[in-house]
Amino acid sequence: MMILLDSSISVNAEQCPQNVLLYIETVGVEVAGLVDKVTRDGKANAAMNVVEVSRVNKSFKDIKVVDSVSLSIGQSEIFGMVGPNGAGKTTTIRMLMDIIKPDSGEIKILGEPINEAIKNRIGYLPEERGLYKKLTVSESLIYLAALKGIRGHLARERAEELLKRVNMLPHKDKKTEELSHGMGQLIQFVATILHDPELVVFDEPFAALDPVNTQLLKELILELRSQGKSVILSTHMMNQVEELCDRILMINKGQAVLYGSLAEIKSRYKNNSVFIECDRLPDKLPGVVGSKDHMKYIELFLDGHTSPQEALNALVSIGVRVDRFEVSTPSLNEIFIQVVKEGR
Amino acid sequence: MNKAFIILKHEFWQTVKNRPFIILTLALPLLAILGLGIYSGVHHWYHPGVPQQEKIGYVDYTGMFGNPPSEPDVQFILYTDEQTAKDALLAKDVKEYLVIPADYLSTGAVTRYTLSREVTPSTKTTGQITDFLVSNLLVGKVSPQVLQRVETPVLLASFRLNESGEIAPNQNIVASYVVPIVFAVLFMISVFMSSGFLFQSVTEEKENRVMEILLSSVSSGQLLVGKVLGLGIAGLLQVAVWLVTVEVFFRVASGIIPAFSGLSIPAGIIGWGILYFILGYLMFAALYAGIGSISASAREGQGWSTIFVLPAIVPYYLSYFIVSNPEGAVSRALTFFPLTSPMTSIIRLANHAISAWEIALSLIILAGSAVFIMWLAAKMFRVFILMYGKRPALREIIRYVREA
Repeated sequence: MMILLDSSISVNAEQCPQNVLLYIETVGVEVAGLVDKVTRDGKANAAMNVVEVSRVNKSFKDIKVVDSVSLSIGQSEIFGMVGPNGAGKTTTIRMLMDIIKPDSGEIKILGEPINEAIKNRIGYLPEERGLYKKLTVSESLIYLAALKGIRGHLARERAEELLKRVNMLPHKDKKTEELSHGMGQLIQFVATILHDPELVVFDEPFAALDPVNTQLLKELILELRSQGKSVILSTHMMNQVEELCDRILMINKGQAVLYGSLAEIKSRYKNNSVFIECDRLPDKLPGVVGSKDHMKYIELFLDGHTSPQEALNALVSIGVRVDRFEVSTPSLNEIFIQVVKEGR
Repeated sequence: MNKAFIILKHEFWQTVKNRPFIILTLALPLLAILGLGIYSGVHHWYHPGVPQQEKIGYVDYTGMFGNPPSEPDVQFILYTDEQTAKDALLAKDVKEYLVIPADYLSTGAVTRYTLSREVTPSTKTTGQITDFLVSNLLVGKVSPQVLQRVETPVLLASFRLNESGEIAPNQNIVASYVVPIVFAVLFMISVFMSSGFLFQSVTEEKENRVMEILLSSVSSGQLLVGKVLGLGIAGLLQVAVWLVTVEVFFRVASGIIPAFSGLSIPAGIIGWGILYFILGYLMFAALYAGIGSISASAREGQGWSTIFVLPAIVPYYLSYFIVSNPEGAVSRALTFFPLTSPMTSIIRLANHAISAWEIALSLIILAGSAVFIMWLAAKMFRVFILMYGKRPALREIIRYVREA
């Protein structure tokens, strides 16, 4: 039975006879991870969200830091939590991690209110992070893994494997105080995912990383998603979110101001304009209601009935040489500024 | 495995592998070996030869001191006049000379001349001169026995009796004074070392920002329990090493050093003393953990912890007083006040000068304080451990602890 249930075989609980499932569950610890997989793929958890937060509030000294925030995160999803510094991102995450308790509201992680067993299935890289200066890289990793329920052999093997992945294996016996800041950050990243968590939370993971390591970290985060993990990425750097995230929560002054899929939000805030670079521009074009000179390029605002394609056709038909034509999609940053302005 | 136990194990090993801990723990055994080695070495190699007989000259204008006694260590030489006596001194024939004037009997005045620099004449010299004068004054007038008693009137032996009129144990000055204080100091060193390590470990995790990573794996309660127990066990190990050292030292030393004869670890120290150690440690550990959680840095917290360390060592400065007045009001107050209780009680225990009800009451107060401070520390720990920057004001602390 155990040979059959090699991790590459996915079992659908709906098709799986009840007695087989029961048998798997009684086999014991070795297949515990597998049982998880079975139930998660199966009907019981078909609609289960990895994170479910409803109407959570938190105040410090009568100041509302998190104001009735709700969100849910599914499997294999990179979820961005964006907003300026002090918006309440870290407080929300700390409540998810059970480091601070919400004043009101409900939080469920992997289908349950957070508890000891659940903590072992979450990885967390806090914004305020560090390592034991006097311990070696291996010692630090193995202690932190032990606190996540991974011990001995397994921890050691996983640590070596991941250190190799981030090119840090030669440094494993160095004390962490001997490492550079960026290297330390890679070790912290390894510590976060060493116990193979199903939900990984990164709070400002790219801060102080050089471009090469930023790229490496991005690849690793995308890899996590492809392995079926859920990732929460909290950052004030909107461009990172645009690059990586599937869905986002934009938070400002403790309140959720935008929530949903990134593509959907972008199309919602599309401002119906195009950017062009061309040799000359006629004073009047059909469907164009205004223009704005951005020095290097010109932004044309279209009326509600004209598509960008029609505007391009109109330009080409009157013989304008077009060097660049781009449908304007507002950056997350612009959307954020717009949302905050509207909110006032 | 419970995560508190993983933390316990980690903290324990990190501490016993720590160099200052090893050095301090082994310092006592090494000192004991060194002390015994030096003592027996000196004893073995130093053979004081036949003492050189000293010569003291004198000029006698009374005519009463013509009969210098033949003492083994000193010889009195009569000179006819001061000039010859001075010449003899300058020629180093004598180390000093006395001039006894004619009116000595009525005045008692004697003049002494010497070449050596001294603040006052040594007691040995004064004794020699006194004996010389007394024996010359009384010789032939009293029996030799009376003469002896006049020279040495008393050889004092004093004993302390207990309430039932029996000779109380521990008449030995080392046993009654030195041993209790040594134990109290050793126990307190271990208490402060272990709780100091706890403080260091809390502030370090706060400073190096590992704290939040830890708290996403374990609860603040588990973290506190694991740390307190792990470091406490390291402290107990240290105390055990020291107790064994002291026991072995007493056994060896009582055979070769007369002052240590018949010494052993007072029975109360093993049982009650260790209980005081444990409760005292728990109280100070909780205090340190609480301070550690509100301090932004180890240095800042250090200053605050001193406030609690100072009262704890008051019994050390009052130790002579506690030993000589164990049942006095001050000794009792120090026995019951939780911060001073461990050290005072250990001094009194080692001195067999504490009654059962005092042990019981002080242990109850101490245990109660330890539990209360532990509870308070756990709350402070949970609220303040992730706050960096400004240390909260007392008012804020009280408010948060109430809310928590």
